[in-house]
Amino acid sequence: MSVRKGMEVSIAVAEAVKLAKVDVIAAYPITPQTHIVEHLSELVADGELEAAFIPVESEHSALSAVVGAAAVGARSYTATASQGLALMHEIMFIASSLRLPMVMTVVNRALSAPINIWNDLSDIMAERDTGWIQLFAVNGQEAVDLTLQAFKIAEDPRVLLPVVVNLDGFILSHVIESVELPDQEAVDRFLPVFQPTLRLDPDRPVSMGAFGSPDVFMEVKKQVEEALIGSQEVVAEVWRDFEKAFGRSYQAVERYKTQGAETLLVTMGSISETAMTAVDGMREKGQKVGLIHIRLWRPFPFREFFQAIEGAKVLAVVDRALSPGGPGGPMGLEIKSALFDRRERPYVADFVTGLGGRDLTEEIFEEIATKAEQYARSGEAMRYEMIGVREE
Amino acid sequence: MAKIDALHPWRETPLGGVIQDAGNARQFKTGDWRSQERPKTDYEKCIKCGFCWVYCPDMAYTLRDDGFYEWNGDYCKGCGICARECPKEAIQMIAEEV
Amino acid sequence: MITNEPKDFKRFTPKTLPQEEIIVSGHRACQGCGEVLALRLVGKAIGTPMIVVSATGCMEIISSPYPQTAWAVPWLHVAFENAAAVASGVEAGLKTLMAKGRIPRRKIAVVAFAGDGGTADIGLQSLSGAMERGHDFVYVCLDNEAYMNTGIQRSSSTPYGAMTTTSPAGKVIGGQTTWKKNLAAIMAAHNIPYVATASPAYHLDLMNKAKKAAMIKGPAYLHVYSPCPTGWRHGTDLAIEVSRLVVETNIFPLYEVIDGKYVVRKNTKPKPVEEYLKIQRRFSHLTPEMIQTIQKRVDEEYEKLLKLEVATQGLEGREGPKEEAAKKD
Repeated sequence: MSVRKGMEVSIAVAEAVKLAKVDVIAAYPITPQTHIVEHLSELVADGELEAAFIPVESEHSALSAVVGAAAVGARSYTATASQGLALMHEIMFIASSLRLPMVMTVVNRALSAPINIWNDLSDIMAERDTGWIQLFAVNGQEAVDLTLQAFKIAEDPRVLLPVVVNLDGFILSHVIESVELPDQEAVDRFLPVFQPTLRLDPDRPVSMGAFGSPDVFMEVKKQVEEALIGSQEVVAEVWRDFEKAFGRSYQAVERYKTQGAETLLVTMGSISETAMTAVDGMREKGQKVGLIHIRLWRPFPFREFFQAIEGAKVLAVVDRALSPGGPGGPMGLEIKSALFDRRERPYVADFVTGLGGRDLTEEIFEEIATKAEQYARSGEAMRYEMIGVREE
Repeated sequence: MAKIDALHPWRETPLGGVIQDAGNARQFKTGDWRSQERPKTDYEKCIKCGFCWVYCPDMAYTLRDDGFYEWNGDYCKGCGICARECPKEAIQMIAEEV
Repeated sequence: MITNEPKDFKRFTPKTLPQEEIIVSGHRACQGCGEVLALRLVGKAIGTPMIVVSATGCMEIISSPYPQTAWAVPWLHVAFENAAAVASGVEAGLKTLMAKGRIPRRKIAVVAFAGDGGTADIGLQSLSGAMERGHDFVYVCLDNEAYMNTGIQRSSSTPYGAMTTTSPAGKVIGGQTTWKKNLAAIMAAHNIPYVATASPAYHLDLMNKAKKAAMIKGPAYLHVYSPCPTGWRHGTDLAIEVSRLVVETNIFPLYEVIDGKYVVRKNTKPKPVEEYLKIQRRFSHLTPEMIQTIQKRVDEEYEKLLKLEVATQGLEGREGPKEEAAKKD
């Protein structure tokens, strides 16, 4: 029986990991991820989840242990945020290039300094090039659903790549939402037991992690890249299966009131819902504004993105991370780059805001949409604008 | 001459660069690393203690059915540990004839 | 000298050494490498089925030049500082998969190999964590007393006075200025069931200890002295000779710590340290004062070890991860 309950989203994510019947969890606590790992260790201690919970001594060891467990064929999971994710950085590349499936929840939090426990996307943006499949949840239900889907995507023999599910720290992880936890049997049908393609087995010894000379390095990297690009099809397939099994549908790029919209807000993560409320307000006032939010960040869904923005004249990109000294925020960068070769493309106005948990209100989204239109009308190029910094 | 073929196209590269043929390093004959000398066992003096086999970092001795240990020139790097450790001085490092 | 042996432990004798090799010929180690020999003997003693986790280092590089591997057993290399963390994941994964019936239940030895760099320095954190958590695995530090793989730079395991590229014998500073970090003592302080030091010149002792380490339930730590002719600048044929002298001079005493109880191999007539130092060019710059300092400290440390043996005599065998783990089954 699937159950609908009001619960803290972190707890819901832990419950999803339990439904996925993981074998090994290795995690180190860091605000705002702590509730996930605390609940998981309770579930293990109560015998409700049959898994090994390894209370590692650092995040670097957390991901290392998950790699070791995945290598022997165990379904493995970890969760982290901010500094913890940064500490895992070295292993992130190794995990994907060894083609080992695993799932990690990143509860997005700003990177120090200054040390700040609140939400922005700088932590995950620093991991863009690690070869992981990257998904963004907008609300509690999505956090649950994406977690379940993540295992299925990662373990698909055509993929065999690690997957990260992002949820915003505090503003999503710590809120109480009404969430439907699917029935265990239905989950078992959707997500069968992990069948590893390759594992460490004394009866069939293999060597994983050999040293690769210049003669072979590029071929392995090409293989990983092709797998990452190809995983988009698997993601779409998994989403179709999920819809059949549980009735909820997911897209790589989601649209909100984009019909007839001339200006589109482009967002990622849970601020999308606040932005949607702002769009409602602007539509009531007669402004032709809509919103798209990117759910699949890596591999970047070029085709879906172009389809979603068709007809729009202005894109107001809401970035919550910055590439200092560069052309702007990561989303803005990628979108401009994606549009570069197109003969017809909308005006892209990139806004960096909401860093370190600075509150984003409907008014700010309205300001962003208005400013974007002003920039577009001026015809001048803008690199990016930081919104909300006190000037005096 | 020791040679390896790693130049396969990317589609044929195994998943994650994994090596599935355990122990295939045997294809690489490190014996051609020897530059000066090779060990030679005088089986008259040998007491079959096995130290040459135990102390060889390259596993270049194999146990024969008759209990003596046979040297494998394919892998011996000529380090000389066996000659030094042989309790009966039955192994000498001699100039290698080609 | 080995006491408190696991019940079904049968000691190796010269005629019962196993033929099986976990590492094969064709590896790219230097001529006369003491470390690959140590690795070979430890692996031979533990035997299959085994899964090996290697840290980045000499042994990883010389054994895995894609597309060739010298490993006859399943092997995983991830990074430099995390052999113990990766091994923790391997061990937990195997345990869970066996408990859930997904793989057949059997004893698979999980063995982590790392050098002194990957153990004492960059790897110390993950090693400490794994030992504290009590995973059932064997951690083997192959100690060649410097970061050899990257070109002979000093580590915290480099002995006092030794010349390395980052502790060179210069006009103002003559070699390593600090004393070798005592890893076995650090491991003993983690209260793990088994800690032992070993030298390849005493190969039966080494193999017996490796076997015991694998049989014991819970974490075991082996510190294996591994000569490096390349980095220590001695003849390629001297690895065993050097491994013998280091024990005969009491510079590297052989001992075990079994459930906190020290069991020390006695050497009441040690050779002077000079005999060990003079055959390695990494020590050729030592002054008589430095040699005296070394001799004095070596004698003190050995005395301390004997005192620890006396002090821990009375320990009956504490509740440790071994007993807890045994209870769980």
